[in-house]
Amino acid sequence: MADRPRTLVEKIWDTHVVALGADAASADGASADGASALAATESGAPAILAIDLHLVHEVTSPQAFTGLRQRGLKVRHPERTIATADHSIPTTDPNLPILDELARKQLAQIEENCREFGIPFHGKGSPTRGIVHVIGPELGLTQPGMTIVCGDSHTATHGAFGALAFGIGTSEIEMVLATQTLLQRKPKTFKVEVTGRLQPGVGAKDIILALIARIGVGGGTGHVFEFTGDAIRALSMEARMTLCNMSIEGGARAGLVAPDETTFAYLKGRKHAPQGAAWDKAVEAWRKLPTDEGAVYDRTIVIDGDKLEPMVTYGTNPGMGVFVTGHVPTATEVGAAAAPDLERALTYMGLQAGQSIAGQKLDVVFIGSCTNGRIEDLRAAATILSGRRVAPSLRVLVVPGSQQVKKQAEAEGLDKVFTAAGAEWRESGCSMCIAMNGDQLEPGQYGISTSNRNFEGRQGKGGRTFLASPLTAAASALTGVVTDPRPVVAAAAAGAATAGTATGKAN
Amino acid sequence: MPDAFVRTTSRVISIPRSNIDTDQICPARFLKITDKAGLADALFFDWRFTPDGTRRVPPSFIDEPHNQGREFLLVGDNFGSGSSREHAPWALRAWGVRAIFSTSFADIFKQNAMKNALLPIVVTPERHAALSVLFAADPDGEWTVDLETQKVTLPDGSAFDFEIDGFARTMILAGTDEIGYVMSRLPAIEAWEAAHPARVDTLAAR
Repeated sequence: MADRPRTLVEKIWDTHVVALGADAASADGASADGASALAATESGAPAILAIDLHLVHEVTSPQAFTGLRQRGLKVRHPERTIATADHSIPTTDPNLPILDELARKQLAQIEENCREFGIPFHGKGSPTRGIVHVIGPELGLTQPGMTIVCGDSHTATHGAFGALAFGIGTSEIEMVLATQTLLQRKPKTFKVEVTGRLQPGVGAKDIILALIARIGVGGGTGHVFEFTGDAIRALSMEARMTLCNMSIEGGARAGLVAPDETTFAYLKGRKHAPQGAAWDKAVEAWRKLPTDEGAVYDRTIVIDGDKLEPMVTYGTNPGMGVFVTGHVPTATEVGAAAAPDLERALTYMGLQAGQSIAGQKLDVVFIGSCTNGRIEDLRAAATILSGRRVAPSLRVLVVPGSQQVKKQAEAEGLDKVFTAAGAEWRESGCSMCIAMNGDQLEPGQYGISTSNRNFEGRQGKGGRTFLASPLTAAASALTGVVTDPRPVVAAAAAGAATAGTATGKAN
Repeated sequence: MPDAFVRTTSRVISIPRSNIDTDQICPARFLKITDKAGLADALFFDWRFTPDGTRRVPPSFIDEPHNQGREFLLVGDNFGSGSSREHAPWALRAWGVRAIFSTSFADIFKQNAMKNALLPIVVTPERHAALSVLFAADPDGEWTVDLETQKVTLPDGSAFDFEIDGFARTMILAGTDEIGYVMSRLPAIEAWEAAHPARVDTLAAR
């Protein structure tokens, strides 16, 4: 078995299996809750999978801690657990009191839970607070070959490092807190090969939106994506995070990129990354992780990276996306089976089948989230907004993914670029991506957003979302309508070349 | 701790939509709770009320008077896509839903549902089409879901078998959850941990 070529996912899986179902349920009596171990064996219990890192936030964890208390259990490994506050926290002045009573209580609750159970908490006022999927990598906690879970579907983000990372529910959070393991069935593998070279103005966000448009929002169900190919290898770590982040939007619980020199260069020297001799040893092990020659995937798809254009969604799920030069499809184009969903989506969105997506009027631009709230995203947006003004009557929010991203952006003067352009510069958090903290679209408003979901009401009751990259969102902020970023990217690159400065990368 | 599910007989609510996401099932603004109280009211909230809080006319699926008390949903493909929020199955259970029929469920939702004794019953597209026809002909017919025999019996007397994760089935029939089972395997966890050094120390000051 050791000689059989294995995929990256299989290697991580094999290393972390504590016990296979049959081995685990040896006939040594009944479990504490009265479920017969013997019966479990007969039913084929899942494997017990060890978890290396557990990320916790305020929204999905309170009931899990309550469960621990009710059972009289402790957190098995608080030192493999880290918590932050991101979803319901305001992005306004942190010195102001939190007016939303429920949010205030929820934020107080996670602080109390972490104190009681000994979990390090990066909360309000901490310089390392931020969106859970932004701070894990920036602290060097996210490393190749690990198993990582969080009560959040965008945990797939951490797969950018070649880690098996996926979202879990609150019952599973309680399980991981109590045992540092999960009961899991081995996932199927889905190879996504992106060939060629992306053109300027096209980035990771466009790749993932194009993939989901092709396979549908349920296309990856039961599978884990592994992204490969020249276009993927050329991506920065932050772009890979953007890519893996939205795996769940294609139905896959996880998405991975095999670690390489880009990965190691990003990690080296970060707070929790191995150091000295341990670093060399770790890199040696990480180099063995990539999928073996000849390993077999359950499914494969190839996307021509040369032909990709900036993507924009027109509907109410992330699979309803087209090139920015394209049009909203007609019932005939999507086929009879999908026509009713298209019609309902277009009614909600107030769009006409067949209309061009470019030129669609906007009220709000949101740049941020665990998908596109990192420093490279902000730099990309700034290259477009620098020295320009956003369209009149447009509300533009720029929300850094973490306090460290915020600090870095301010050190580079990006905050000044945004505010001079007429955008709002906020504290870090999930913000308008999930609209739990007061940052939201008003009913009927159109927003272009660098976040991950365009579901009905996702960004506020009755709000209407176009998902796009930071470049597309920033270019659209200048015009007030959905806009192809490529001309302005080319102009910015020409200007930057003249000025002799570097341009941002496209995520 | 979830209650057990062995068999239930109920009428059905049909929601013929695909890709019903967790933001429809339980909108994010209802996730600020720190317990599980009040979630029945949050179920499909934005389908039921306009943005200004008025109940929609005609009433949305679960607000239809004749649908009160029904425990089964017949829904389109890829039910529960989106977030990992267990509030979605909590809200469905709190409202009274015990089983959902679809051609597929999103992975995380499916796991969360089974942990709350809410049965995700996967049927083939052909079976789904037949069930939809049957429902249209007899919208008040009673269906029986039997988890023990893994059989669904329809009002016309016909029946079909369904598949469900065997381990989850054991847990749901017993009305228990998985933590006790895994806690009873602690020696295996300890052995694994002894052989695999911790990858990180989040408490390290460095």
